[in-house]
Amino acid sequence: MTDAVAYVEQFRKFAASGGGGDDAPEWVRAMRSSALERFTQLGFPTTKNEDWHFTSVAPIAERQFVPLTAPSGDVRRTDLEPFLFAATERWPLAVFVNGRFAPELSHLEHLPAGVRVLPLARAWDEAPELARRIGTVARHDAQTFTALNAAFLHDGAVIHVAADRVAEHPIHLVFVTDRHAANGVSYPRNLVVAGANARATVIESYVGLGDASYFTNAVTEVVVDRGATLAHYKLQRESQNAYHVGTIETTQERDSHYVSFSLATGAALSRTNIGTVLGGEGCGATLNGLYMLDGAQHGDHQTRIEHAQPNTFSRELYKGVLDGESHGVFNGKVYVRPIAQKTDGKQTNNTLLLSERAQIDTKPQLEIFADDVKCTHGATVGRLDEVSLFYMKSRGIGADEARKLLTYAFAADVLETIENDLVRNGLEAMTLARFV
Amino acid sequence: MEVQDRHSANTNVMLEIHGLHAKVGDKEILKGIDLTVNAGEVHAVMGPNGSGKSTLAQVLAGNPAYEVTAGSVTYEGRDLLEMQPEERAQAGIFLAFQYPVEIPGVSNAYFFRAAYNEIRKARGEEEVDPLEFAGIMEQKLEVVEMDPAMLSRSVNAGFSGGEKKRNEILQMAVLEPKLAILDETDSGLDIDALRIVADGVNKLKRPDRATIVVTHYQRLLNYIVPDVVHVLANGRIVKSGGKELALELEEKGYDWITGGAPAGATA
Repeated sequence: MTDAVAYVEQFRKFAASGGGGDDAPEWVRAMRSSALERFTQLGFPTTKNEDWHFTSVAPIAERQFVPLTAPSGDVRRTDLEPFLFAATERWPLAVFVNGRFAPELSHLEHLPAGVRVLPLARAWDEAPELARRIGTVARHDAQTFTALNAAFLHDGAVIHVAADRVAEHPIHLVFVTDRHAANGVSYPRNLVVAGANARATVIESYVGLGDASYFTNAVTEVVVDRGATLAHYKLQRESQNAYHVGTIETTQERDSHYVSFSLATGAALSRTNIGTVLGGEGCGATLNGLYMLDGAQHGDHQTRIEHAQPNTFSRELYKGVLDGESHGVFNGKVYVRPIAQKTDGKQTNNTLLLSERAQIDTKPQLEIFADDVKCTHGATVGRLDEVSLFYMKSRGIGADEARKLLTYAFAADVLETIENDLVRNGLEAMTLARFV
Repeated sequence: MEVQDRHSANTNVMLEIHGLHAKVGDKEILKGIDLTVNAGEVHAVMGPNGSGKSTLAQVLAGNPAYEVTAGSVTYEGRDLLEMQPEERAQAGIFLAFQYPVEIPGVSNAYFFRAAYNEIRKARGEEEVDPLEFAGIMEQKLEVVEMDPAMLSRSVNAGFSGGEKKRNEILQMAVLEPKLAILDETDSGLDIDALRIVADGVNKLKRPDRATIVVTHYQRLLNYIVPDVVHVLANGRIVKSGGKELALELEEKGYDWITGGAPAGATA
């Protein structure tokens, strides 16, 4: 257990100021207190903890990050343009600066019927029955960073898509940390509920505007009700000096489909946890992701797919491109409960190493307790294929260009799975610009 | 050799190979190749499996997996062996691969245009934009009877054997090389595909261009008529002749020339 004293001290100030100035209802205050208590019991994980074996959070534990309370006020719409996929105003957009809802940068006026998008700090007054679901999917009893987030939770997005409704355009949540946020920490807390047979796409973007060293500790809880389809993209493009821990916990009902994509290109140290419980027959989950790291960046993905009922399927493809002295981690668990017969699972992790000093720790894991299942997993680590390089050169394409193009191609393969055209094209262009 | 003598009178030499030795790993495969190709000519290089045909093609294209240990190759007066693979391509050499490489994630459209522009740049010509290039591709697609939809697919990924070979010929048609080398382009092709491939090659024929057709079988040579046929065995050219030599090989096999020596053995 690592020292968590600084965070406890920050909590006293946070609580004394009434949760950073909000008027949270009693149940929120109670949750914060109990989460803090749990956080102090759990402490920060060390590398002796199996789930944190390859990622040391000492830089987070030892730093004195101060909770960010207010945006500096100098974030402009044009600052956000690079992250908005040239989307029209038809895309509902909720922007949070330093963890607080920024109405002047958001536009939520075109919400289709049956779709609600609210900042959490308003939701507990305006939609208490919905806000009350906070903490029910991502419980704070086991995970340090989830407990820490719950202790400081004060804002984020609450999204509800009513039964049988289709949200035609993606709902984009942008969590931006501004240029003056050095040594600050924000704790976004989100809830997404897709009602029965609803269909929606939710994007969470985490971006930094400067090169400040700050910490983002975000938690998103997701409920995908019967027959609903939810596409959920988490795009982490924090400042190169930032720390980021992002957790998504999802629960799925019968015949639902959850499609997750996680991009990690930013932060000095990032950890993304994505877990889903396939809790009804006929459920499917697709978990894809891409990590592209350079310099001394460290990026860790932990995924957990729990097949809890019969006749469910999961598909997982994570790819990584590591350059410089970067360090990637992929730890993917597929867990099949005894009752979950006829589970169909496939998990793949491929990493491309561009330099001698880049490093990947990959650990695909199957834990199967049912006997009639079809599950495969595999991981590859490689370098650029010499035969492909020669093929491109033999067509007149120079060595550098060929290398870049093949690197792009490696990454583009998983980006192609993104269904939304603007998001896919935007991320492909970003990847192309990075390598070509 | 009579063929070499015939060519020595011709001043329009494009490619001149002297005493070429090459190995892959510790295995010597080419053991002294001499070959002269003049502009305007079609040469067929035939031979049994393991004779070094494909190695010769790969060495000419600059595959780094093969090490040249002796000999020289002069292409248009330049030392070809000093040139990088991309420089060779930019100078007009094109190899149609026996096993075209799949590149998932790079669309054919992007790949073709990148290659086309690199070669134009090398020639000191303007690059073309995607729209202009689409027009060029449209014409070339007709030559090889390929569906334009293939342009949005990844390079060779998931293509059938025949589609891959046609894609090679399409690249050749677009890049318009001076020296095209076809490495067993006919293997695995049905008769229709064979005709399409041959048409593509023949349409490219000009007095200032040349073609080397590497093949195991004679049938492609019904469509692409060679001026000279060479038989390669154990890393050397053991016989050269006119197009009738190919027919003779088809009828009698290779043993009568190679002396029944197994492929790869020292003659």
